[in-house]
Amino acid sequence: MVTQIILYMMIVFVGTGGELFVSRAMKSVGEVTDFRPSAIARVVGRAMAQPKMWMGISLMALAFFALLGMLSMAKVSFVFPSTALSYAAGALGGKVFLREKVTPQRWFGVLLVCMGVVLVFLGKG
Amino acid sequence: MTPTSGLHFKTSVLILIMISVAPLGDTFLGKGMKQIGAMPGWAPAQLYHFFFRAFTSGTIWIAIALLMAFFIAYLVVLSWADYSYVQPASSASYVLIALLAHFVLHEEISPTRWAGVAVICAGVFAVGHTQPSTSEHHSW
Repeated sequence: MVTQIILYMMIVFVGTGGELFVSRAMKSVGEVTDFRPSAIARVVGRAMAQPKMWMGISLMALAFFALLGMLSMAKVSFVFPSTALSYAAGALGGKVFLREKVTPQRWFGVLLVCMGVVLVFLGKG
Repeated sequence: MTPTSGLHFKTSVLILIMISVAPLGDTFLGKGMKQIGAMPGWAPAQLYHFFFRAFTSGTIWIAIALLMAFFIAYLVVLSWADYSYVQPASSASYVLIALLAHFVLHEEISPTRWAGVAVICAGVFAVGHTQPSTSEHHSW
């Protein structure tokens, strides 16, 4: 049980931290306007030159290992919906660290997602 | 097509790709890890053996390929859309994960959990009607 709690916290908080770093790195790269494979490959190359991208990927990799551990012990239909708690962490992190303006409607949507996560937890069979 | 509607269109297309590919990858990941068995503990040797078995599984590599496709679409969309917009919008994939878990992996899902998935969908619907980019100046 303790193992599952530790893995769960790693998936939610370490994973969200990684995604915030990746988001910041991609904003530095700039908006993608050309969707040909060669152009996308160049964008990925530019992204990989950003230290923040590597920080983000490292944290996301750590969260991925935790996810593998969790999936070896719990149902898919529990693990993925329950880790949607990262939506709240993501919206909060986006506002605090990336200075994104989160509108009341978005907060309402995030709140509903969180309520759904609570129900998924309560419905653990 | 106005710049705003164009931005909405390309954001919608990429999010559609994300919510289709990721659940398939997650389902393969769950299937592969169940074949390997429960994580035995935190000792380095146990972890090495556990992850070695995971990364020599064909099912896990199919999952990783699907999740890589998701990640590329995710990187591209994050180049113009806010993280706090993309992440909740992509949560529609949870419906597909639940359906795949039930019909492909034959997992029993309680009515309360189905209700939870439905509420998550309602949240996604609310988020989907906001502007994709609202960032102010970035300082870090």
